[in-house]
Parts: sequence; structure tokens; C-alpha cells
Amino acid sequence: MSALLNIDNLHAGIDGKPILNGLSLSIRPGEVHAIMGPNGSGKSTLSYVLSGKDGYEVSGGDMMFEGQSLADMAPEERAIAGLFLAFQYPLEIPGVTNMTFLKTSLNAILRGRGEDEMDAASFLRLAREKSRALGMNDEMLKRQLNVGFSGGEKKRNEILQMVMLEPKLAILDETDSGLDIDALKTVAEGVNALRAPDRGMLVITHYQRLLDFIKPDVVHVMAAGRIVKSGGAELALELEKSGYAEYVGETVNA
Amino acid sequence: MSEAKASIDKDTVDQVAKFGGEHYKYGFTTEIDVDKIPNGLSEDIVRFISAKKEEPQWLLDWRLDAYERWKTMDEPDWAHVDYPKINYQDLCYYAAPKSMEAGPKSLDEVDPQLLETYSKLGIPLQEQEVLAGVKKIAVDAVFDSVSVGTTFREELAKDGVIFCSFSEAVQEHPELVKKYLGSVVPKSDNYFAALNSAVFSDGSFCYIPPGVKCPMELSTYFRINEANTGQFERTLVIADKGAYVSYLEGCTAPMRDENQLHAAVVELVALEDAEIKYSTVQNWYPGDENGKGGIYNFVTKRGDCREARARISWTQVETGSAVTWKYPSCILRGDDSVGEFYSIAISNNMQQVDSGTKMLHLGKNTSSRIISKGISAGRSSNAYRGQVNVHPKAAGARNFTQCDSLLIGDKCAAHTVPYIEAKNLSAVLEHEATTSKISDDQLFFCQQRGLDPEEAVALIVNGFCRDVLQHLPMEFAVEAQKLVGISLEGSVG
Ligand SMILES: Nc1ncnc2c1ncn2[C@@H]1O[C@H](COP(=O)(O)OP(=O)(O)O)[C@@H](O)[C@H]1O
Ligand SMILES: [Mg+2]
Repeated sequence: MSALLNIDNLHAGIDGKPILNGLSLSIRPGEVHAIMGPNGSGKSTLSYVLSGKDGYEVSGGDMMFEGQSLADMAPEERAIAGLFLAFQYPLEIPGVTNMTFLKTSLNAILRGRGEDEMDAASFLRLAREKSRALGMNDEMLKRQLNVGFSGGEKKRNEILQMVMLEPKLAILDETDSGLDIDALKTVAEGVNALRAPDRGMLVITHYQRLLDFIKPDVVHVMAAGRIVKSGGAELALELEKSGYAEYVGETVNA
Repeated sequence: MSEAKASIDKDTVDQVAKFGGEHYKYGFTTEIDVDKIPNGLSEDIVRFISAKKEEPQWLLDWRLDAYERWKTMDEPDWAHVDYPKINYQDLCYYAAPKSMEAGPKSLDEVDPQLLETYSKLGIPLQEQEVLAGVKKIAVDAVFDSVSVGTTFREELAKDGVIFCSFSEAVQEHPELVKKYLGSVVPKSDNYFAALNSAVFSDGSFCYIPPGVKCPMELSTYFRINEANTGQFERTLVIADKGAYVSYLEGCTAPMRDENQLHAAVVELVALEDAEIKYSTVQNWYPGDENGKGGIYNFVTKRGDCREARARISWTQVETGSAVTWKYPSCILRGDDSVGEFYSIAISNNMQQVDSGTKMLHLGKNTSSRIISKGISAGRSSNAYRGQVNVHPKAAGARNFTQCDSLLIGDKCAAHTVPYIEAKNLSAVLEHEATTSKISDDQLFFCQQRGLDPEEAVALIVNGFCRDVLQHLPMEFAVEAQKLVGISLEGSVG
């Protein structure tokens, strides 16, 4: 089966500083991949380059999403095509309620796909159902987007956006950090509920802990801007024991 | 939903959908035969306008006195705006559709071309059947120098509410006009108010009798059509004891390369226990990206809480005009009276805004509240100018001021100029101010959720304006939100 996401020998950086140094990775529909690696290895950068954040320069290689080159697409076009990023540090937007944001986002994506927008009543029903499933009360929907939210609430809120938008590829950047064990379980449930044969996930994490609840098909170790080792779920357990020390010394051809 | 309302909604949705298209959709011109006097200002012109309106002698004298005083005054130069000197002899002070020559007609007789102009603007000039659940809105439509029609007059009259053009009020209710005209904004109050007092040609008049809650929203819609013509209208709203009215004002003009002057005066009088809510959605042609053309909006608006427990609230959404000079104010004369000012002022491209409010606390236990949201984009300049004054006798006065500025891009400017003067020690005055920018990270976050950059800016700015938008009548809040997005088109990317 052809890949949902195919990254081939990707070189990218910011302000002339190379960060990704020949990264290759392929995710097929239905698969959940985990990326682990030490701080500063370029995990967040990968998520930004894939989703098209301004300021990152791609200097070589390809990123193909369902056979289409991501490099030529604006960030919102990538989102409309079905790429979702749960941010490591979700942004606050004062004065815009969670509800308004979700609705604006969902309708922008539907419109972008040439589909009808969702009417107010159906939207409200859906938003309530999905937020309750994530252990969020209705009050959270009325609050201003991420304003005054605790770290855990912000992360849950990212997952709420993800389940509302039902992306084809979800990238989760350290969604587990800062969560207590109960929140972690709820987040994992949200992610697992979204697992589907036509959907792929890229779970970036620092700890094996999350992978107890979201069982990955493939685990990659990233260091100095490239994948240095890949394996099955057992690789995560190994890393938990031995740490990243053996990878940090890897040569960087920067 | 009424047809008119439905078509307004549809229009604005279309408008938002075609971001990047025509930015100012009200920029068309109506080709119509006009009765227009030669350019220039003199005592004869003042007499001509007064004669045209068949005004009583006292009003002509009032105008002439204003004109004499205006000649001795200087154009104010303290505002944070910069524009070439206006040649007042090079303006036309009276232009009216020929079909209006014979004076006000019934709505059925109004020139179809005028009706079409208003329907294109989304303003219903027919008293359509209104479906349940949708509020009726009465409209007075002012086209260049004259009012072309006022809707729902008879229905309002059943409650004793007088709603008509200013010219008609002069003929039909001279005692009210004489009593209140100039009683809030004296004819020599300032340069532009004096000019207006001399040459005002029409406007709206409204009187709500004691104890009456006006059964529908009242509104005035101002349209400047003719080239080289100024619009000088006057609005006078009086809420008698215990009365309530919510009043709305909208404005547009064709796109023209020359600047045009709009110097209006609005006076509000609220007597004991009365309440007036006055909302403005100002969308005059702002000029092009390089600052060519656009309206000079030099307006004096003031409300007088003349007796105890009166309330006056100004809400404004200012998105248009090349230069705005405007400070809707409240005189809190009655004890326990309340004044409010909620403002959104957006400047994009080369627009210049100097706007704010004045709260004058004279009575005991008077309170005022000021929420100002300034948004600057492009190469524009946006100043908030506020004044809170507490008189020695105003024991227990309170004011809360919050003034927030949002910058988009790094070529625009925001200024905050608050003056506070408290001559009574018991006054409690609070002031908060913030300045922020839309961050690239916020924009990216929205884009990652499917919004294009302009939708993202519109969403973020609407969030920023939320506290003010909430004070607009429901029907207009939605329109205003869309207008906020449209007026910031081209500010990113
Ligand atoms: N905006 C930036 N400008 C310069 N260097 C950056 C920027 N963002 C990240 N980096 C650098 O790139 C490297 C990778 O960062 P990041 O992708 O955040 O790593 P990770 O998510 O794996 O911790 C780090 O050395 C970091 O300091
Ligand atoms: Mg990171």
C-alpha cells in the first residue's frame, strides 16, 4: 500500500542553521509511529516543517502527503488536506471562545474541501459529545481559547480539536508532557478512538509512559536531526532503560 | 427572518467569502439629477439653505450667528492627524436629488433610483411585513443634503414617538427643536460644530415621550453621493422622563479620488430616569492603499444626562474614513447618572484616527465606563484621546477606563492620550491600558486549524473587540464582526 506520509532525505533549518539533516520516514495508513529522542534533536522542528510554519527553510529532500508535495502548500492547505498538529505549546487567543474557535476551524476545513459547513445545532451537539468524552465540562467550551488553562487543560484541548477535525494524519508533539496519569489516560483514549485503517499518527514523546497507552506500530529514535534507529514497540522499552546516551554521540554532518 | 435582513446576511457572507476581491463594496455612485448650488461659503449660502427649508426667522438667525462665530475660529490642530488644508470655499454645501425638490414625500413617491441605491446598500426603505421573532427597525435615510424618507413613522406615532427628518421637525415640532437644538453642543462649541450649525442641511430628529419604551430600533443611514460635496447633518434625540430608545447610525460613500468632508453634530438629551443607547457603524470610504481619497470625518457627538438617573451609552465601530476626529461624550449632570463609551476603532493602510471620549462628572454619584479597542494595521495611525473630569461638587463619582491597542505589522502606530482631572477627593478613578501585537505563532496556530491568514486576523481581532461587540444590538453585532474582518483585508501576508 502506498504511504500516507513519505519523508525522504529531508534537510531543513532556520536562520541558516541546519536542524534536520537528511531525515527519512514513511507512514502508511492505519499506522501509529512514535518518535523519541533527546531534547534539541529536532522533533518539534520536524512537526513545524511538516505543517508549514513560516521561517523554516527546506534545503533538500521531499515531503509527500498522499502523493502531494507538502512544500508547495500553505499551512492552511495542509490542514485542509488532513494534516493536524497538536502543539507542544498551544497558543492563547483572548476573547475567542473555545467554541467559536472550534467552529471557525471546522467550517474553514469543510469549506476548503468544498463541503457544506456544519449548522449551529449539529455543531453544538458534536462539540459537547466530544468534549465530554475527553472529560471536559461544557464550561470549558465557553472559556476563551487556552486563556488561563492549566498545562493539562491546554493539552486536552488540543486533543479535542483533533477529534473534532478528524485528520488523516495527526502529529502529536509531546502532548503527554505535563499531564498527570489520569489526564494521560484520557488523552490516550482520545487518540486510540481515532485510530482507523485510513488514518496515520506521528506521536512525538520524551517518555515511554504514553506508549503504554498508545501502542505504536513503529518506534523511531531521532538524534541530531535524523532517524538513527527504528524498531517495534519494544524499542521504546529499551530506551526507557538505557536512555539516549548511546545516540547523542552520533555524528552530525552539519 | 425578513427578506431584507436575509439579503443583508447573504451579502455579508458573500463579501467575507470573496476575501481579496473588491475591498469596499459600497463604493458605487448613483447617477441622478441633482439640484446643487455653486461651491463656496458665505452669508448668502447660509440664507439660501435656510430659505430652501422654509425655516422660521429664529433658526436663520441662529445659523447666521453660528456663521459669524465660525469665521473668527481656527481649525483645531491638536489632534494626532495630518491632512492638507481644507479650502472651505471650494466645497459645495447643498446638493439634493431633483426629485426631492418639492419637499418630503411619502415613501411610495420616492424616486425608484434612490430606493434602489438603499436596497443595494442593504438598507430597507420599505415597511415590509416582518416575521415573528425579528425586530423591526425604523430608518431615516439621508442622501447628500436631504432626508429621502423615514419608515414606520405612523406606527411609532401611535406610541407618541416622533421620528422624522430634521427639516420636518423644524416645520412640525418647532417648540421641541427650539428648546433642545444647541442645548448640548452649543453652536460655537468648536470649529466643525460651528460650521455645521451654519450650514447643516438635514438629519434625523427623534423624541420619545415620558415613560415610553420605543417599540423598535431607530436608525439613520447617511450616504454621501455627490462629488465635492460636504455632508453636514444634525441629529437630535430626546428621551423624556423614564423613556428608552436604542438608536443606530450607519454611513457609506462612493470611492472618489478627492477627499470629502463630513462634519456632523449629534446631540442627545436624556431626562430623569431616561436611557439612550446610541450605536454607530461608521464605514465611510477610507481612501485607497496609498491614502488617495476618502472621507474626513470630523464629528461632534455629545449626550447630556440632564436629570437624575439618566443613562447614555455610546457604542461605536469605526472602520472607515481617511481621517477621523470624533469624541462622543457624556455630560453627567443629573445625580446618579451613568455614561458609557464602548469603542472599536480600526485603521488600515493610510487611515488616521483620533478618537475617544469625554466624561464630565457634575452630579453626585455619577459613574462612567470607557472601553476602547484600537486596532492599527498597514501604515495607519490610531490615537485614543480620553478625558475624565470630576467637578468639585461631584461627590462619589466613579470612572473605569480600559484602553487596549492592538498592532498588526510594524509600520503602524498607536497612541494613548488619557487626561484625568479630579477636583473632588471622593472620586474613584481606575485606568488600565495595554498594547499588544498579533504574534506569528498565533497566526500559524490558526492556519494549522484551517484558517487563511485573513480569516485568522479577523478571528483574533474580533476576540480582541469582544467586550465592545457585546454592547451592540444583536442584529448589528454580526454585521460589525464581519466588517472588522473586511476592513483589515490586506493587512497580513
Ligand atoms: N527558532 C529557532 N531559531 C534557532 N534555533 C532553533 C529554533 N527553534 C529550534 N531551534 C534549535 O533547533 C534544535 C532543535 O529544536 P527542537 O526541534 O525544538 O527540538 P526538540 O523538539 O527535539 O526538543 C535545537 O538546537 C534548538 O535550539
Ligand atoms: Mg520539542
